Amino acid sequence: MKVEICPQPFNPWSVLQEYEAQRTQAGKCGATACFIGTMRDYNAGDTVQQMWLEHYAGMTELYLQQLAHEAEQRWQLLDSLILHRVGEIQCDQTIVLVAAWAGHRSPALDACRYLIEELKQHAPFWKRETLNTGQQRWVAQNTPK
Amino acid sequence: MNITVKLFASLREQVGKGEVKLNADKPMTIAQIWAQVSEEMPLPTHILMALNMQYVEPNALAQAGDEVAFFPPVTGG
Repeated sequence: MKVEICPQPFNPWSVLQEYEAQRTQAGKCGATACFIGTMRDYNAGDTVQQMWLEHYAGMTELYLQQLAHEAEQRWQLLDSLILHRVGEIQCDQTIVLVAAWAGHRSPALDACRYLIEELKQHAPFWKRETLNTGQQRWVAQNTPK
Repeated sequence: MNITVKLFASLREQVGKGEVKLNADKPMTIAQIWAQVSEEMPLPTHILMALNMQYVEPNALAQAGDEVAFFPPVTGG
């Protein structure tokens, strides 16, 4: 299990490749599911130029570790990974990477979906958007799905 | 000993404080702490609260040495 808060941009595919290369359970994994969240250039009918992501240092990491541990127990995962950006984010940059490894596709897919949905509902992160007009605003709530 | 109170994101801007130390001679509920920190601002219905980095309800009790946090709905991912 790995949970990391990232102040700098990262390439999710490179992260996955490097993480997989370090995993040691050869022959056991039959399914890998991943979700990658990316910054759009629009929200609520407006053009978004960039974003600032704030988090509650300490609680965010603790919450994500508890979440990953819970998912690993519930779906008997072989491994899980959560990376999330903080700080200044530009369009097309990755915001979040979630991955789940399991023996079969159903637990991997279900756990991956659970991890991202719970993260979006409960992990203490907050987005502040800068529109192309220069106006800044806090995002009031996440989209339902 | 104090209770450390933290506020985040839009709530920090609304209240005008990011971190406050409260004197804690006896245990206080999270709702009482909010009343002190916000100077009696009504507790917004959507607000989230944490005690020592775990989500709690307004009637939870905090004591000296604890960390309490108030924040708006989360928007990560």
